[in-house]
Amino acid sequence: MASIKELSRREDKLAGGHRLCAGCGASIAVRQVLLGAGDDYQIVAGCATGCLEVSTTIYPYSSWKVPFIHNAFENSAATISGVEAAFKGLKAAGKIPGDKKMKFVAFGGDGGTYDIGLQSLSGAMERGHDMVYVCYDNGAYMNTGIQRSSATPKGAWATTAEVGKAQQGKTQKRKDLTSIIAAHNIPYVAQGSISEWKDLAAKAEKAFAVDGPAFLNVFAPCPRGWRIPYNQSVSIASLAVKTGYWPLFEVVDGEWAMTTKRVTRENRLPIEDFLKPQGRFKHLFRPGNEALLVEIQADVDRNLDYVMKRAGL
Amino acid sequence: MATQKTLAATGNVLVAEAMRQCAPDVMAAYPITPQTTIVEEFAKFVAQGRVHTEYVTVESEHSAMSACVGASAAGARVMTATSSQGLALMWEELHIASGMRLPIVMANANRALSAPINIHCDHSDVMGARDTGWIILFAETAQEAYDNTIMSVRIAEHPDVLLPVMTTLDGFITTHSIDRAQVMDDETVAAFVGDYHPDLALLDDTKPPVSHGNFAGLGGPYFEFKKAQRNAIDRSAAVIKSVGEEWSAICERPFGVIEGWGMEDAELAIVAIGSTAGNARHVARELRAQGVRVGVLKVRVFRPFPFAEIADALGGCKAVAVLDRSESFGAEGGPLFLEVRSALYDRAERPAIVDYIYGLGGADVKLELMRRVFSDLSDIADGAEVPGRLVYLGAR
Ligand SMILES: Cc1ncc(C[n+]2csc(CCOP(=O)(O)OP(=O)(O)O)c2C)c(N)n1
Ligand code: SF4
Ligand SMILES: [Mg+2]
Repeated sequence: MASIKELSRREDKLAGGHRLCAGCGASIAVRQVLLGAGDDYQIVAGCATGCLEVSTTIYPYSSWKVPFIHNAFENSAATISGVEAAFKGLKAAGKIPGDKKMKFVAFGGDGGTYDIGLQSLSGAMERGHDMVYVCYDNGAYMNTGIQRSSATPKGAWATTAEVGKAQQGKTQKRKDLTSIIAAHNIPYVAQGSISEWKDLAAKAEKAFAVDGPAFLNVFAPCPRGWRIPYNQSVSIASLAVKTGYWPLFEVVDGEWAMTTKRVTRENRLPIEDFLKPQGRFKHLFRPGNEALLVEIQADVDRNLDYVMKRAGL
Repeated sequence: MATQKTLAATGNVLVAEAMRQCAPDVMAAYPITPQTTIVEEFAKFVAQGRVHTEYVTVESEHSAMSACVGASAAGARVMTATSSQGLALMWEELHIASGMRLPIVMANANRALSAPINIHCDHSDVMGARDTGWIILFAETAQEAYDNTIMSVRIAEHPDVLLPVMTTLDGFITTHSIDRAQVMDDETVAAFVGDYHPDLALLDDTKPPVSHGNFAGLGGPYFEFKKAQRNAIDRSAAVIKSVGEEWSAICERPFGVIEGWGMEDAELAIVAIGSTAGNARHVARELRAQGVRVGVLKVRVFRPFPFAEIADALGGCKAVAVLDRSESFGAEGGPLFLEVRSALYDRAERPAIVDYIYGLGGADVKLELMRRVFSDLSDIADGAEVPGRLVYLGAR
């Protein structure tokens, strides 16, 4: 695992000057992951349509200092699997030296990963391409104006899960995508957060070192969509971890383990600590929604129990 | 020395054979009737170690074309094949492949679109893709499907073009019927298609890294990119011709963008694409033997559409029938009719022209139907009323 000193000496592969909002979690996620990946291999990156893509590739500019491809919204995984296949095919043709090492990474938002791109991702993972898929999860379709996704937490406001007399934000629970990908029995799956840079960089290092498919689900707050000040993205991400809303774990060859400052049922903070600072949850604290808060806390605890159990704790 | 051997094989086997000979670096495909035997045949080549191709068995056609886009941008020679619902599922990616100027070659086994579900031949699938920016070739026979596949690689990868090419053959009629065809030796095909040397490939580390698929909104150059794409497909017309001449000199078969039979002095003509051209020609021969001046005009290249050639070929006719094997619901006629009639618009002398929609969902294209069309044309030439702007030929 690289020290912070080593990480600081590595070249950023995503240049500043892009047009993501100040405090956007997406660019932090990309930079931490690509710094963690290290400089041992050349990297080719892809990205699904979404905030990250439209804000980093405004023609004729590009923030990507590695070869990059955007194709469409639902197919970042299939596209990068094609790039990886080309690498193998060109090696077989003798056009790329047989001993050359390259790594392929696909980025996608939660919409492009949990929802519309799930099939493409599942297919790529099952086929066993030598690639890392990174979901930057900001819990909604931010690029199109904060619509709900299957990653949006229950109770959150979104522009397609409104708050009114008849409804208090999103009525469904979020999907546990990381477990779904773990069920593909691929060599490496992990959940990280931009607030835990060391943990995330280490996970990225492992994911890139794997020969075969790896998946990282990175918690990446969106100040604009979560209705938080732009300088609070990292602290909110940290509260997601400390409340157990976003457990940090990894699954290495089928073995689950919780990572970093282990958050358990005993030491977790109450979920209100994560919800209260965010405008998208403010209706939950109005009189009449007490039961909903209890329900949300119970869901968080159940998920935490599940992860702890899988990790043998 | 080019040597050819005569084979008895289905259109799909011959397309797979042509693909093997063109040696793609990547093939990403998903099965669908009646394309399936192409990807099955290719899977055998992979298992036998006869190709170096990385064969990506994707989970859908959308992913097939997505992977093709990634692989082509990476710098590989890329091929795939599909049909019907599969082509429809790719629609979004078809535009992306052409917009990113990627020389992907795809075979399409022409088949009807649901609903109701039907696996047989018509051209609804391809015609639905006619404005996606792909070059589109139609084969009449298995032989032509073989030849078109080989030529497609050269056309697509030509530096003046850099566009994807769809090489199509009629479902079952051509994909599954065993036909006699000449297959060229591997070395000659390899030399003819040559090596692919892309500019700006993702995997080319001799140049600074490139970004593909950038955002061009916010007053960006989207409009100008589309103009460049239009210029490229216009330029492809000359490339299609010269590649056709070059391949023709090697294999001794002709490859006009259109192919006329009896058109030199025809008064009555049928315009057709795909396998039906053969049916029409059969009946035309009968009528010629009786002294009727009939002709058949086959259109091999649908995009870019050979407007001038078609107008020249039909200019001297009295009455023309266009056979459309697909609908353009609510339009003045089927897709081929719209193009042909438009091609004639600038001519001072214009023949009477009728559209026949035929053979949808694999409805039989019987010779009687062709006879009826020529008979209608003869009546029209003699002054009868044009039988409505659009006739459903042979529908019960
Ligand atoms: C097929 C298709 N459907 C819808 C869209 C519109 N669209 C573009 S980005 C986006 C949402 C992206 O959400 P997410 O993946 O979570 O990324 P974020 O913008 O939040 O970073 C949507 C709905 C599209 N581009 N393509
Ligand atoms: S809307 Fe949210 S996800 Fe999009 S750029 Fe702004 S902060 Fe980032
Ligand atoms: Mg999102």
